[in-house]
Amino acid sequence: MMTFITLIARNRLAAFGGVMLLLIVLLVLITPWLPLADPNITETANRLMPPLSDGHPLGTDALGRDILSRLLWGTRISLAVGVAASLVAALIGSMIGIVAGYFGGRTDNTLMRGIDMLMAFPYILLALAIVAVLGPGLMNALYAIAIVNIPFFARNIRGVTVGIAHREFIDAARLSGKGNLRILASEILPNVLPVIVITMSTTVGWMILETAGLSFLGLGAQPPQADLGSMLGEGRKMMLNAPHVATVPGLMIFLVVMSINLLGDGIRDALDPRLKSGALSRPAPFTRIRRRHKPLPDPTNDDALLSVENLQTDFEVGHDTYQAVNGVSFAIQPNECLGLVGESGSGKSVTALSLLGLVASPPGVITDGRVALAGRDLLDLPHGDIRRLRGRDVSYVFQDPLATLHPLFRVGDQLVEAIRQHQPMSRADARTRAVSLLGQVRIPNPAHRAEQYPHELSGGMRQRVGIAMALANDPQLIIADEPTTALDVTVQAQILALIQNLRREKGTAVLFITHDFGVVSQICDRVAVMYAGRIVEIGPTKTILETPRHPYTRRLIDCVPRLGEPDNEPVAIPGLPPAADALPEGCAFAERCDLAEDACRQGNIELIATDTDRQVRCIKPLGIPTPSPQGVTR
Amino acid sequence: MSTPLLDIRGLTRTFGGGRRWFGPDRAGVHAVQGINLDVARGDTLGIVGESGCGKSTLARLLVGLDTPSGGTIHYAGDDLQQLRAQDRHALARRIQYVFQDPLSSLNPRKRIRDILAAPLRYLRGLEGQALEYRLGELMEVVNLRPEFIARYPHEFSGGQAQRIGIARALAADPELLVLDEPVSALDVSIQAQVLQLLRRLKAEFDLTYLFISHDLSVVETISNRIAVMYFGRLIEQAPTRQLFHAPAHPYTRVLLDSAPIPGGPPIKAEEGEAELPDPLSPPPGCAFAPRCPRAQDDCRHTVPPLDNLVAGKDHLAACFHPIEGPWQRIATQSAQER
Ligand SMILES: Nc1ncnc2c1ncn2[C@@H]1O[C@H](COP(=O)(O)OP(=O)(O)O)[C@@H](O)[C@H]1O
Ligand code: SF4
Ligand code: SF4
Ligand SMILES: [Mg+2]
Repeated sequence: MMTFITLIARNRLAAFGGVMLLLIVLLVLITPWLPLADPNITETANRLMPPLSDGHPLGTDALGRDILSRLLWGTRISLAVGVAASLVAALIGSMIGIVAGYFGGRTDNTLMRGIDMLMAFPYILLALAIVAVLGPGLMNALYAIAIVNIPFFARNIRGVTVGIAHREFIDAARLSGKGNLRILASEILPNVLPVIVITMSTTVGWMILETAGLSFLGLGAQPPQADLGSMLGEGRKMMLNAPHVATVPGLMIFLVVMSINLLGDGIRDALDPRLKSGALSRPAPFTRIRRRHKPLPDPTNDDALLSVENLQTDFEVGHDTYQAVNGVSFAIQPNECLGLVGESGSGKSVTALSLLGLVASPPGVITDGRVALAGRDLLDLPHGDIRRLRGRDVSYVFQDPLATLHPLFRVGDQLVEAIRQHQPMSRADARTRAVSLLGQVRIPNPAHRAEQYPHELSGGMRQRVGIAMALANDPQLIIADEPTTALDVTVQAQILALIQNLRREKGTAVLFITHDFGVVSQICDRVAVMYAGRIVEIGPTKTILETPRHPYTRRLIDCVPRLGEPDNEPVAIPGLPPAADALPEGCAFAERCDLAEDACRQGNIELIATDTDRQVRCIKPLGIPTPSPQGVTR
Repeated sequence: MSTPLLDIRGLTRTFGGGRRWFGPDRAGVHAVQGINLDVARGDTLGIVGESGCGKSTLARLLVGLDTPSGGTIHYAGDDLQQLRAQDRHALARRIQYVFQDPLSSLNPRKRIRDILAAPLRYLRGLEGQALEYRLGELMEVVNLRPEFIARYPHEFSGGQAQRIGIARALAADPELLVLDEPVSALDVSIQAQVLQLLRRLKAEFDLTYLFISHDLSVVETISNRIAVMYFGRLIEQAPTRQLFHAPAHPYTRVLLDSAPIPGGPPIKAEEGEAELPDPLSPPPGCAFAPRCPRAQDDCRHTVPPLDNLVAGKDHLAACFHPIEGPWQRIATQSAQER
């Protein structure tokens, strides 16, 4: 609740609207106790007195009634009617929406057809027709405005309810013995309530305006009773000789509606979960880079295609800093496949995205390190150059191919775009190449598939298109972030075979991110194991799988059940990885490691070479009697 | 042999379809088709198959979240639909469900206390002291600290959330747990923790498990029997060891051949489209025939029935030309498309 108020307060316009509305509401609340003239007493002697006259600060109207008094009493009524109408509309509309959305099927059909019928009439005509049937009067105007606004609520709330009713926790509640009514009241309602409040806060203003409109036409408040609309209506007749009679209520309507709408927009923004997560703040097209110093190139990586040295990427959220990538170094040779393995949250994806500055900023910042592609430091390049690199020299394949495929364009056209972005080629030539790319990723009948939209393809086919996109410009390096995790094993086998083929035929290098050691041992030459944002072990796949040196690698391999060895029960690792905003001193795995000793929890534990081609970040590597002490800094 | 705990006969669920005013009747999608299956008390039956093959539909039919279009389910001799009709809660007291996605199966706006108290209150009629006591017990049983009970779901990691999901299912004191991909969303290190917990609970509370997963190695470690599904039908069923020793159905072999093992031999990739047939126009005979290397003419005309391979032996397969002999991945073959 406090965060909600701070969110509103941070939005200046909304705060301004809120304060203004509060003042108006206070004023009309204390109106009965103010020393005001009776709003309905006519005094023809004092008719049409201008503002600032004696005893009538805002003057009098055609019948000599005090305008200030009428204004306050009238605002009181207009506000009350507007709010009451929106409460009624919200209550009935939301009820219809929730019931329709939850029960679905025939109930939904019947209810929503009724709502559609209401919506088929022009809005204001419908209100007029209702008043015409019920007869003029304030209450009837209230009903009319409420009724014409019901569809708006019903549709909005139904949409949200449908989304919630299909969530698994509703099934769980049903299995917990809750009946429909209980589920509606205790599971659905709390989740749609914010939406009801949002919808209401954005409509109240308009509903007050609509009530005023009906009164203006003489269909709402009946004389002598004043509301803002009827005052405006009466003032209209003497617009020329006594403009203040109409201007004063007009100004009040403006103030009321504006303040409510400003506040309403503020409430909507504050309650919108996307805003809280920062999803609506547009991230920059490149990750912010704020390196403390520029590392010099490491000469041992001279012939590497990609060399990453001491890469650090933080997420700065409020006052917290999440160290997602915490000094990662590795190199990939041309045509090599390096695996990056680790549990979720270990920083694999952020590492991959940091390479070409694709981490969203805010909140991401690259705070240290060097990323060199064929010797050029990418973190130093102007943005234009990086953009030209993306998709041409280095391309990405993601777990969800829909992340790169636009849902509304044919896959062939998207491939043509990708090709022409980096290569000067005629449309027809690019098209031929696109179809041949689809053929290369073993899509049957490629010419026909090129004409299809992403949603018409199965998950496996889509991932093939994703790989075809990545191949469009013959990149030197493909970064594949869990490309097969969402696929079935049989399809996974095909995608892995496809990647192997590409490496053989085109000499492409691959950075393959996965959490599955089985997949690693199928296609990676070398593997790097990540834990809490750091590489804890790196070396050739075969030797790491056979004789892991880091206790975490060992435990991680041991908790994978192995097909065909049912007696080999997986052994769990107790506990959880540390949070990225509270990394411990020393070894991040110490908490869960059964070999941990005091020395493990101190200083910075470096990655040390244990064999010619292997490195491990542990002071007591497995299978090594005495590790070289110079690798450990305290 | 005593009556099985679950006795499923000809179970079918069709979605959509129906009569039309003009034109021919619309064809429905058979999500689950003619399934016959027995689950003995104390068994852990693993059900494997790829996405879209009907595993979750079967699970939802068993716990009463969905109603069959045909066939019967008997639970300890009683007809499940009658049981449901008599008492809305009868089923939920006996069969419970553990969801795949631990977080989305917990209402984000409810505390763990309320989530766990619901089944105790509505299914077991507990109140006051007894309810509090049982809540504490449940948290202990799934290894969660007692103070966690006042927290909201988003404060938990995936593995912890899945423990809460398991505790919710256990609250009603069921005899059968249907676990629908309970560890698929978890990291391997956490997956092993949850599997360990499930094993312990089964022994402690004499549970029977129906364990659904697409991951063969997980199913192998936890089940004593395995049933393989393809395109809505059961295509092979055997005791775990028998199945992995000598899988008879060509599809089971394809599955085993494509599963990567850490440090294991190279996997084999199928040629062509490794995908399920179009559910709106299924092939007339064996649904696997378009992908099957052994398919013959007879396969394309008649649906092969699920039968005992050798009379008297507990190994069933729905195939006209089953493969004999032990399974071994050919070590010389590499993961390359030829
Ligand atoms: N947008 C973000 N804001 C704050 N923290 C983030 C964001 N994205 C990722 N993180 C954090 O960065 C760490 C590494 O995440 P990630 O690279 O996605 O892990 P992996 O790919 O290994 O699963 C995690 O602790 C995660 O919570
Ligand atoms: S440094 Fe210590 S705590 Fe860390 S993995 Fe090695 S032995 Fe375990
Ligand atoms: S019945 Fe025929 S097509 Fe079907 S799996 Fe057996 S051999 Fe293959
Ligand atoms: Mg990731």
